[in-house]
Amino acid sequence: MNDDQSEGQSATAEAFMNTPSRGGGTALGTDIQAKIGQHLRAMYDDVVRQGVPDRFMDLLAQLDKAGGKTPEEDGGGRT
Amino acid sequence: MSTVDPSLRDDIIAAIPNLRAFAISLSGSVDRADDLVQETLLRAFANISSFRPGTNLPAWLFTILRNLFRSEYRKRRREVPDSDGAFAATLTTNPDQTTHLDFEDFRTALDKLPSDQREALVLVGASGFSYEEAADICECAVGTIKSRVNRARKRLGELLAIEDGDDFGPDKTTRAVLAAERA
Repeated sequence: MNDDQSEGQSATAEAFMNTPSRGGGTALGTDIQAKIGQHLRAMYDDVVRQGVPDRFMDLLAQLDKAGGKTPEEDGGGRT
Repeated sequence: MSTVDPSLRDDIIAAIPNLRAFAISLSGSVDRADDLVQETLLRAFANISSFRPGTNLPAWLFTILRNLFRSEYRKRRREVPDSDGAFAATLTTNPDQTTHLDFEDFRTALDKLPSDQREALVLVGASGFSYEEAADICECAVGTIKSRVNRARKRLGELLAIEDGDDFGPDKTTRAVLAAERA
């Protein structure tokens, strides 16, 4: 996301701006796909705009206080 | 025990809002989503040494969150969203350009998608990941992600065209113009 901002955005644009070649080259299909893209992003961005809830800042503060010792020490790698 | 580099810590914090939005789309519940994000943060800090600086941090965090969700998912099914739906519960403002009714229909349709299609659509269509990054996160081939996204938007298109053709299709004026153009 950080590394590939432009690529990510172009994939997003591609996912919604272009009508799929199979089966739906109509104006109606394009219109619906554009709406789907708008709705999906509006819904998602509404959560993103809420920022970082306090519980997570509290959690990070606790982790800092623990001096790098995390409550979870299962060493599970990327799970 | 390694301490986390401050700039890396800041980057992790910056990713939290996106992780929440993704978690809500996966779990169908805000409470469940916030628990998932918390587990993800604990896991990330505990295993920070396995993150290679310079690689894609958001993708790494999304992968952890998705894996946590999947391992839990085997134990219990996706929670049925509360009557107003998980995303509705988070709505603080009326998003621009859309009516509440549009949203109702959209959320209902989104909930009907198979989870693998929904997550692919969200990663590419909302989180802003490339197909390649989404494939890494979902541990599948790029072609699989593309096909899931295509099927998701096709299915959504069908559901929305049927359920709410007037709101999602062209309005009467547009239709008239289109008809005129074809004539």
